[in-house]
Amino acid sequence: MKFSEKWLREWVNPAITVEELDEQLSMAGLEVDGVEPAAAEFTGVVVGEVVECGKHPEADKLQITKINVGSAGDGELIDIVCGAKNCRQGLKVAVAMVGAVLPGDFKIKKAKLRGEPSFGMLCSWSELGMADDSDGIMELPADAPIGTDIREFLQLDDNIIEIDLTPNRSDCLGIAGVAREVGVLNNIDVTPVEVNDVTATIEDKVDVELVNTNGCPRYLARVIKGINLEATTPLWMVEKLRRSGIRSIDPVVDITNFVLIEFGHPMHAFDLAKVEGGIKVRNANKDEKLTLLDETEVTLKEDTLVIADHNKALAIAGIFGGLESGVSAETKDVILESAFFNPVVIAGRARSYGLHTDASHRYERGVDYELQRTAMERATQLLLEISGGEAGPIVEAVSEADLPAQTAVVLRRARLDRVLGHVIGDDEVTTILNRLGLKTEFKDNSWFATSPSFRFDINIEEDLIEEVARVYGYNNIPNVAPVATLNMPTRTESQLDKSVFANILTTRGYQEAITYSFVDPKVQEKLFPAQTGLTLPHPISADMSVMRVSLWSGLLPAVVHNQKRQQPRVRLFETGLRFVPDTASEMNIRQEMMLSGVISGSIAGESWEEKAVPVDFYDAKADVEALLAQCVDSSEFRFEPLTIDNDMCVALHPGQSAAIYRGDSLVGHIGAVHPAAEKSLGLNGKTFVFELLMSELIKRNLPDAKPVSKFPSNRRDIAVVVKDQVNAGDLLKAIEKVGGNQLVDLNLFDVYQGEGIDDGFKSLAISIILQDVAKTLEEQDINTKIEAIVDMLNTQFEATLRD
Amino acid sequence: MNLEEIVGLAEQAISQANEIQALEDVRVEYMGKKGKITELLKSLGKMDHEQRKEMGQAINIAKGTVQKSITVRREQLQTEALNAKLASETIDVTLAGRGMDTGNIHPVTRTIERIQSFFGDLGFEVKNGPEVEDDFHNFDALNIPEHHPARADHDTFYFTPKTVLRTQTSGVQIRTMEKETPPLRIISPGRVYRNDYDQTHTPMFHQVEGLMVDKNVSFAELKGVIHDFLRNFFEEDVKVRFRPSYFPFTEPSAEVDIMDKNGKWLEVLGCGMVHPNVLRSVNIDPEEYTGFAFGMGVERLTMLRYGVNDLRSFFENDLRFLKQFK
Repeated sequence: MKFSEKWLREWVNPAITVEELDEQLSMAGLEVDGVEPAAAEFTGVVVGEVVECGKHPEADKLQITKINVGSAGDGELIDIVCGAKNCRQGLKVAVAMVGAVLPGDFKIKKAKLRGEPSFGMLCSWSELGMADDSDGIMELPADAPIGTDIREFLQLDDNIIEIDLTPNRSDCLGIAGVAREVGVLNNIDVTPVEVNDVTATIEDKVDVELVNTNGCPRYLARVIKGINLEATTPLWMVEKLRRSGIRSIDPVVDITNFVLIEFGHPMHAFDLAKVEGGIKVRNANKDEKLTLLDETEVTLKEDTLVIADHNKALAIAGIFGGLESGVSAETKDVILESAFFNPVVIAGRARSYGLHTDASHRYERGVDYELQRTAMERATQLLLEISGGEAGPIVEAVSEADLPAQTAVVLRRARLDRVLGHVIGDDEVTTILNRLGLKTEFKDNSWFATSPSFRFDINIEEDLIEEVARVYGYNNIPNVAPVATLNMPTRTESQLDKSVFANILTTRGYQEAITYSFVDPKVQEKLFPAQTGLTLPHPISADMSVMRVSLWSGLLPAVVHNQKRQQPRVRLFETGLRFVPDTASEMNIRQEMMLSGVISGSIAGESWEEKAVPVDFYDAKADVEALLAQCVDSSEFRFEPLTIDNDMCVALHPGQSAAIYRGDSLVGHIGAVHPAAEKSLGLNGKTFVFELLMSELIKRNLPDAKPVSKFPSNRRDIAVVVKDQVNAGDLLKAIEKVGGNQLVDLNLFDVYQGEGIDDGFKSLAISIILQDVAKTLEEQDINTKIEAIVDMLNTQFEATLRD
Repeated sequence: MNLEEIVGLAEQAISQANEIQALEDVRVEYMGKKGKITELLKSLGKMDHEQRKEMGQAINIAKGTVQKSITVRREQLQTEALNAKLASETIDVTLAGRGMDTGNIHPVTRTIERIQSFFGDLGFEVKNGPEVEDDFHNFDALNIPEHHPARADHDTFYFTPKTVLRTQTSGVQIRTMEKETPPLRIISPGRVYRNDYDQTHTPMFHQVEGLMVDKNVSFAELKGVIHDFLRNFFEEDVKVRFRPSYFPFTEPSAEVDIMDKNGKWLEVLGCGMVHPNVLRSVNIDPEEYTGFAFGMGVERLTMLRYGVNDLRSFFENDLRFLKQFK
């Protein structure tokens, strides 16, 4: 809602500055979005009259004029050269005199234009900063007083105030409402504009039938005949509308818009000649069509209230007029509509047609249901004044039973105190409610308050509490420390906080990233072609249109983004949900918290000591192992190589990737990005990724303490030769089994291929540390155990001891 | 040679010994089993009592003198040797340490963790919930029925008419109240989504919402908590004002502004007393319990706190931006 400060002050004029008014409105919940001057700064522009207007001898597009500016020019006519087509003899114009300063610090000086002297300039609306563009110079009304300063004449020393209203305060969507609120806040009277009943001078009227009385409890119609659409809307109205951000169109449209801003009440005008029979307010028929004022044709839905005649729909009630029945250049007679539509029947309908109009904005929030007659009389009066014509009697159709009921809402003294945590005196509460227009009765320590017809938002006790607190001033309520029941919150040791993992990764050089949850389907397709992510029907853009099935879909492009910006070493991690379509889950989507990471570039950056070494699988694995170690017994986790037919092997290199299991459940993946994906995503160099299911990662075992053996431990190293395909992990697992309780440590410390080892084989060097809790192990015990291990390796893995 | 000459030669040899081993040789030469002073002592046996006493004393003094000189010289040589070794081992301590630099968490996470810490100390528990949400938890239960104008203000991403990307984390409050009974103190941080993208809007951003429900929770207490929070968050005595506003799920509702360094009010959060319809939708009797709720935009607070100018930089994940938040 945007309006002129002067207009508001015609209604209510507190002795405060516009800055104070701004603060006051904002602090009452009518947030002021901005205060701007009604026109840009300029000086030296006066009203003048074109006395002579002739062709410029040297230039076709210029005219030479003599302008009478009265006393402003000491009685002399001024020569001005003008380029506007609409400049003509007799026209009242805005004259920038020599010495005038126009917006943008544009100084007017004496000039010669193609040899003709010019002592000033005739101005357009845009040159005076009141329009973005304009066609020709300003045309002032014929009665504009010559010589008057234009700022004074147009009352430009005014401000445009824009307030951002919350949906509950539809009562302030007009000057009348804002004035009422300002009156309450300053405790002063409001002077409404005088609206007199217009006596009918003709008998013509139109029948009105309310078919859907719930949707339209009150409808007023009036016929006005013989209007002159050629008439000019008076400048005072054009200017008020302009300051409300509305352009002048023709007198009928301007007047309905004016009443809309003045009273917050939408009006509509139909061309009487286009209405067959009478007015019917009904719901749209199935597949009924209507061409709207913006020339689009819509197929109406049956839940939509329409204004129809006896044959067809004319307009969508309270939302938008129809093209055919609208006022056009040929219109002579009109039907003015002033109606109350039930907000519930209007709400959401405009949006369902992709529409949003000043009328729908007000009707879906609630329009004063007792204001229809005032609005009608006001509009009639203005129309007759401006466009002439003769008015018929008002026809009112009303269904009293369907009008909003005015029932008292109870505000209990104790409840008010309890909710606010602060006591506001009885008298003060009563005064606040009464000033807001509520009728109150105080009994049984409660107020019984009845809302005025313009307040649609007061239905329950809390609504009254809010009104009292708001007018009393939120900042007059003290700040108090809460008193609460001290229940001890749950703090689990068996579930880790996810910040633990963030700490580990940041210590290991990772930056945390936050990528969008919706990703580019083209990227995701390259990684997970077998999975279709949940698609947004109306995304911001195509590259943000599908929900990620893995955090890699966002992290890998982030790597590329950095590589393109001379950041070759990237280590990123992210925690967040992945969205996997799954009919077994709530809303058919499995939303799982994941922890994902990506590394690329060198291990530790270039150093003075050694050359930068590019990262490989085992760097990523070390980081994952550090995460898994938090669960105390990380042996619960195992890494299983992926086979090439695995779905993950589109994203991952089949020879350098693993599925990570905890017991039987798959908890994540790790691996090198598949070379094909690497290329298609534009990654520069080898990139390694991991992703883990947070719900599994945070499950932590409690330590199970065992006594430390008093007896010495013994180390034996063995080197075995096995086939290349044998996985070291399997081999070590098997040794653990044979080692039993006595095996306290096991470490694979060398992998060797080359001279001395046949092709297709590798040598693994393993240290085995044995210890017993009850005795010192004898040489013989140790040898027996080692032999058992070697035998087992031979049988299970065809391993031979290396010579 | 008489004793004095021997001592003189010994002292000279000691002072000339430039290494520990040379000094040791000197010691053997004079004090060893066959050393010159030792030999003199052996010769005492052949002397008569008086002479032996006199000579013995003199030899022992001489022996003590030489021994002391050796000790002093040895310590001197050891110190020199150590100093030389240390000098040879000197390195450039200004060279960078080995290993990799540490990273850091995202500034948005950092703000969320700070907020969690302030409210955590007051006993607010952190709750999370789904981001693809049904319209009941995102709207209906929050007193935003289907045709409410507030729905239009949300620029919601719909999957189906019933399924949305949550526009606020309030759904988590509903899910918590469905499961747990008052007294309740929770905060729910997380991602939220609105279909809007320009200089000041990203289609995804983060909110932290808080909820406290107990027997006598009041607006004055809400004001107290928010005041304390803002002063803690900005670590200064910021000017705070509560401005009446409207949210379907709270009443009375307020927007909270702080005054910036230029004396301009900046909106930082929204809050209010939980609307009775919201409590009823989760079977909490609004006559028995009252509550307050608040919600804040994490990016906005982060921008104010660290001087970030472009909201979009939070999601570009440019290392040069992220690394500043150590």
